[in-house]
Amino acid sequence: MERLKPRKYNRREAIAGYLFISPWILGFLIFTLGAMIYSLSISFSRFNLATNKMRPAGLDNYRALLEDPRVAGSLKNTLFFAILAVPLEIMLALFLAILLNRVRRGAGFFRTVYYLPKMTPAVATASIFLLLLNGNTGAINSALRAIGIEGPQWLVDPAWVRPSIVLMALWGVSGTMVIFLAALKNVPRDLYEVASLDGAGPVRQFFTITLPMISGAVFFNVIILTIAAFQVFDQAYLLFWRDQTNVAPEASLFYAVYLFQQAFRQFNFGFAAAMAWLLFVILLILTAIQVKIGNRYVYYEGER
Amino acid sequence: MAITAPPAALSQAAPLDEPGGPPPRRRWTVGQVLLTVLLLGFTALFLYPLVWLIAASLKPAGQVFDNALIPHTWRFDNYVEVWNQLPLLHWIFNSVAIAFLAAAFVSVSSSIVAFGFAYFRFPGRNILFGLVLATMMLPASVTMIPTYLIWKQTGFLGTWVPLFGANLFGSAFYIFLQRQFFLGLPRELFEAARIDGSSYWQLFWRIAMPLSIPSFIIVFLFEFQAAWNNFQGALIYLNAGSVSDFTAPLGVAYAMTKYSPTAGGQADYQYVMVASLLVTLPMLLLFSFGQRYFIEGVATQGRKG
Repeated sequence: MERLKPRKYNRREAIAGYLFISPWILGFLIFTLGAMIYSLSISFSRFNLATNKMRPAGLDNYRALLEDPRVAGSLKNTLFFAILAVPLEIMLALFLAILLNRVRRGAGFFRTVYYLPKMTPAVATASIFLLLLNGNTGAINSALRAIGIEGPQWLVDPAWVRPSIVLMALWGVSGTMVIFLAALKNVPRDLYEVASLDGAGPVRQFFTITLPMISGAVFFNVIILTIAAFQVFDQAYLLFWRDQTNVAPEASLFYAVYLFQQAFRQFNFGFAAAMAWLLFVILLILTAIQVKIGNRYVYYEGER
Repeated sequence: MAITAPPAALSQAAPLDEPGGPPPRRRWTVGQVLLTVLLLGFTALFLYPLVWLIAASLKPAGQVFDNALIPHTWRFDNYVEVWNQLPLLHWIFNSVAIAFLAAAFVSVSSSIVAFGFAYFRFPGRNILFGLVLATMMLPASVTMIPTYLIWKQTGFLGTWVPLFGANLFGSAFYIFLQRQFFLGLPRELFEAARIDGSSYWQLFWRIAMPLSIPSFIIVFLFEFQAAWNNFQGALIYLNAGSVSDFTAPLGVAYAMTKYSPTAGGQADYQYVMVASLLVTLPMLLLFSFGQRYFIEGVATQGRKG
């Protein structure tokens, strides 16, 4: 380890090093640290947009946060979405990755096709699914009707609006799948050979070899997907809140959507900044819990 | 860890293409047939919305919801009509320009910063690099309002600058990616050049940069895609301006509302589908050229965990 022994560093080299990283330092001071301090102080103020002046407001914004039922409601919707979406995404991505890893022909072709939804911009995904999910004439319900199931009113029924966003997330699951696929490629093949000699079937092999060996990737994906799920904005906004004359079901009010509305529709900056900090704290706690659980189960290779 | 040698890691025979797991046998067994059928089923599911989109963009009004994948009546006029009703060319031009600037700025600045972290030894280097990685944890909404105010107070509202200005200062994941690449280059390469009298900048510009082209392309393509898709940013910074100044995603959202019956439109969904196809095609084109870079980039993302 390099300790701070002044003699160890070449002065010229150190100065050059700082110069090279100076763009990041500058950006960090303005757009991260500066912005965080700014945002924190806005959250404790009443912000006047006309004059760009803040008046101290103590805990008013945070108190308003607790009193506004739509904050709690949107948080609940978001949590519901995350609990539904993350496990489904993990399972589908892992399932597809295992299939791709086992198929002998055409793996490259399938991977390419499965990745196409990931390349589709969120607005296009939203405008396609807006029509596919139409409760009466949409393709999804038409297909369900063909096999004798009357599909739900996806975009109207409060119970189904969140699952319809989950469906869109699942369509774009290939990013997670590729990460799993890369992890599966790193599992030493001889482990399986030894296991089959010992008479372990595919299911046992999955739980005793595959899953432990790729636990690092599972852990990473769960954390990344959870953070992303809490910040879902594009799809929910485009499907339900884009058009202000539309009456959207309250179940579709996601946290990031409400935050955006407060910030850039109502220009309620203090309130919105407080919402952002609440989200940050929630995510920190969630991630800390996940890391704690993860450390118990995740297997790291020797190099770590 | 991650990509080390320039050409090998990104060649056609990328590690991802080699079968892992059980030993290879190239015969059609019952298992392989079932597996292939299953994968073809998923192919249909993943492709269906895109094929549906193309079909819907070619249907006359009122037939969009027949859900036929081959239109009963082909209507290429949709493309002409929507062209006259929406400033599509402006949107595409704005999006291409913004995405290109965003990608160019962030890939160059991140490379410079990454080289600083990879090659030089200076006090606090590891702490600062830890800080770089830590910024990835910060939800964008925390800095969304202050960033808006920074652009407002510096007079950049109503310009493109807020959509790529912060890219001049590097971005955490890209710095990580490029640093990882630079660390894989043999140090002797640089020491030899130093002895020959090269400046530090020349080490970066003449040696490190040319060698890092593969991972540079990953960074560029990733950011191009991210900037192209950036809907929320455009909504915050461009929505108040004139419609022809929109980016393509904001334009599609505008079209969704314009033709929506709940907002008084005529339910001309075929036009929305044309616009949606138009915002998607450049990304599919990008993918057809740079597929291995996208896949390698995503895989690297996982390996940093």
